[in-house]
Amino acid sequence: MAITEKPSAGPAIPTRRVITTEPRLSDKVFRGIVTAGGLSSLIILGLIAIFLAYQGYEILVKEGTSFFTSSTWEVITDDVGEVQSYDFGLAAMLVGTVLCALIAVIVAVPVAVASALFMTFYAQGKIKAFLIAVVDLMAAFPSILFGFWGFFILMPKVEYWSLLINKYLGWIPLFSVDAKIFTRSPFLAGLVLAVMIIPITTAVAREVFDQTPLDRIQAAYALGATKWAMIRAVALPYGRGGVVGGAMLGLGRAMGETVAVYTVLNIVYQINWHVLFGAGGNVASLILLKFGEAKPLEIKGLMAAGLALFLLTLLVNLLADFIVARTGKKGR
Amino acid sequence: MSETKVSRSVPKPSKPWQPSAAERAQSLSVGVLAALASVGLVALTPMKGVLPTVIFFGIFAVLIGFVKGTFTRGSTTGKNNAIGILLGLGTCVALIPIASILQTTVSRGYKGIHTGLFTEDMSMNTAIDPITEGGLLHALLGSLIMVSIALVIAMPLGILTAIYLTEIKGRFSRPVRFLVQAMSGVPSIVAGLFIMSAIIYPITKSFNGLMGALALSILMIPTIARTAEEVLLLIPNDLREAGVALGGTQWRTVAMVVVPAARSGLITAMILGIARVIGETAPILLVSGGGDAINVNPVEGPMGSLPFYIWKSFFFGTEEATTRGWAGLLVLLVFVLILFTLARTLSRRKVRR
Repeated sequence: MAITEKPSAGPAIPTRRVITTEPRLSDKVFRGIVTAGGLSSLIILGLIAIFLAYQGYEILVKEGTSFFTSSTWEVITDDVGEVQSYDFGLAAMLVGTVLCALIAVIVAVPVAVASALFMTFYAQGKIKAFLIAVVDLMAAFPSILFGFWGFFILMPKVEYWSLLINKYLGWIPLFSVDAKIFTRSPFLAGLVLAVMIIPITTAVAREVFDQTPLDRIQAAYALGATKWAMIRAVALPYGRGGVVGGAMLGLGRAMGETVAVYTVLNIVYQINWHVLFGAGGNVASLILLKFGEAKPLEIKGLMAAGLALFLLTLLVNLLADFIVARTGKKGR
Repeated sequence: MSETKVSRSVPKPSKPWQPSAAERAQSLSVGVLAALASVGLVALTPMKGVLPTVIFFGIFAVLIGFVKGTFTRGSTTGKNNAIGILLGLGTCVALIPIASILQTTVSRGYKGIHTGLFTEDMSMNTAIDPITEGGLLHALLGSLIMVSIALVIAMPLGILTAIYLTEIKGRFSRPVRFLVQAMSGVPSIVAGLFIMSAIIYPITKSFNGLMGALALSILMIPTIARTAEEVLLLIPNDLREAGVALGGTQWRTVAMVVVPAARSGLITAMILGIARVIGETAPILLVSGGGDAINVNPVEGPMGSLPFYIWKSFFFGTEEATTRGWAGLLVLLVFVLILFTLARTLSRRKVRR
């Protein structure tokens, strides 16, 4: 008996369904909308660069390289308010930005790595959950809170510590001062920034340490390693990329911080490498300081400064991404 | 017939890996010894104050831990102990500032809290008036309006970005992920400058709440996008496959299966976004105008906000003004705490299956 049946001439056979990978119209629209939304970050970042460059272009062209090498920032006007001459130079502010951010990273990274290691490998149960919650909470604190806390609580103490450091370590050029003015120094700003970036650096480092392969940890223990030996042989090499990435992320944050630095730093248009001396600068706080009384011309200068700051933080972030991607592969 | 008697002695549960009472007492004694030694040293020498005591406590704790370990089990254990204590101390160092910040804000801010604070604005008062006069209603309303508008703009963009990264996985996934990361690193003041250069100077020429909201939304997008991406990645692939297997298009699978499953996580993303911008000061100072009277119209006239109120109060410098500033900070802190707790309780709930 044949298995196949002859089709009877009854109702029409439905035409064969077309099988295709072509998405339907609804999916095409959906993908279009989502892709457009996904590219919003690209568009916004691009617009930021374009508009800041457009507004600051005039100043950047007129000042040329002296915008980055000169330290004066002044507009001289006559009695009527007409601009006589102007000179916009960011050197002191750029140096100050990097200096404060570096102090912050140098102070914050050891503390952050210690707490990340402690949270991952030592703390257990409720203590661990509590520590993680507290650090995450601190990351959510607004910067204005850190700023005024730094001004009212930390500043008197730091002034005293600066005095001590200068007294006993003043022979190191970095800690020497020309005049004994320790208020509102880059050191204080760096400490406030350090407190601000500890949470994010800790969080990034902890996440990486948390992913340390369990088999390697147990292999180390099985070979008779103590906890510290395990951390040194397994966790630290594995998490190096995360630590560096977290530190760079913190550096980027510290460079772009405005209000916290503005409240605790004495802004002076002069390159100052002496961290304890009460004079410093920060591009972001310069913008805030000058914005209030700025005339249109100076606003253009501030836009150019904003562009420089934007590109600087973008560069640091790019570098952080690159380092994490590279060391991450090596560690695995 | 007699039943065989089975001995029913259940062994007492023990956790041999946990430190015994004697070991706990020993660890505690290290701490006590270090504390005594540091206090003694500071009392005997001309040093005074809390700082040297704390520093020497750390040094002594590490030393004593090292010596104890070395004598009982050899130098490897000694080193292990010392490092363990050091890491614990490092964690304490990270916690001290947060404790100090909380304590200061509460102890200085509560003096400025009074009932009028939430029912009056500052249009009839200045910051140097007695604390019981005026309030921050205008600032609260302003912050609320600006954050809401920012949310309306940032929420769709952030979630679309997250969906692009997790569902579509298009050609630009890697660069988009990097750009979102880069965007979260954009200094907040640059966001304010951007709004000024792109909108205020060329077009509107006025400082108002909408401008503040636009600046805030730029800062909000990356937070929402990154949290939402993490949440969407947690949704099991089975759900997506089930959706497609039932004949759903991708659009319907995402809209009817994936997003509803991730609902509580997406709300967490929203809350974290709000927490990120509610205390953001720099862009607000630049573009929102910052009025003292209640203004609920975001496109007309300057709009006050909580950070602006705090900023303004502190710069008057008198005792009343400073108390006002701390009270404002306390209100802000309470908001952040509430949002943070909400986000944590929501994210602790399991992803709905």
